[in-house]
Amino acid sequence: MNLRRDVFQAIADPTRRAILLLVASQSMTAGALASNFDTSRPTVSKHLQILTECELLQQEQNGREIYYHINAKKMKEVADFIEPFRKMWDDRFNTLETIMKNYKSEK
Amino acid sequence: MERKTKIDAEDGKQGLLITRVFDLPLELLFKAYVEADIVEQWMGTKVLKLENKKHGSYQFETSDAQGNVIFRANGVIHEFSPNLKITRTFEMENTPFPVQLEFLEFEELTEGISKLNMHIVYKSVAFRDQMLQLPFAQGINMAHNRLQDILNKLK
Repeated sequence: MNLRRDVFQAIADPTRRAILLLVASQSMTAGALASNFDTSRPTVSKHLQILTECELLQQEQNGREIYYHINAKKMKEVADFIEPFRKMWDDRFNTLETIMKNYKSEK
Repeated sequence: MERKTKIDAEDGKQGLLITRVFDLPLELLFKAYVEADIVEQWMGTKVLKLENKKHGSYQFETSDAQGNVIFRANGVIHEFSPNLKITRTFEMENTPFPVQLEFLEFEELTEGISKLNMHIVYKSVAFRDQMLQLPFAQGINMAHNRLQDILNKLK
């Protein structure tokens, strides 16, 4: 069993989720990504390697630079799995918040 | 759009973590779990019983518009610390799903802002994944309708 190739394992880490968010907006090099984090460059490289191995990120050679971009198809697989469940709780909690704000103002 | 409710469900594990930050004081968030009539509103189910104490139990029941019971769930409360935590079991009646264990932790982040951590442990990885995938298409519609109903009442 190779846990590292597992997408859910991959997105369980907050730094890797942050990387995915950054790359989602535009393709970036490892160096550009690393500049967004306090962690060391090798640590960021390790995260990029894991995200690439589980196919959430794809590498693209552009001249001498390697750009990372997001694999939308794989991301969708992950999102689809959890999303309905998350949405259900989000709706419930939104309702809770609305009710209790109203409750507060009634007092 | 910011997603306020977050779910961490690592693959191959039989638990998951639901976290949510509320624009509410801690006491009001906790109250929403304690007062039966409030629970009814946001969970969208009738509360038949809710004993907020160690070794207390609770029971929920949901009916359709025709009055037929479509969902019933119950559980036992193992730990009840006001504004701090609730540990309880949750079991859906008349379904193949085994009982699950829920650890609810409440905390104040800043004044007027509170956070809920809900750690759910299932009997197995397979049951967790089934719970994530199967029954919620219906749950979503119900939640939307409920929200709409409540908003209409506020108008």
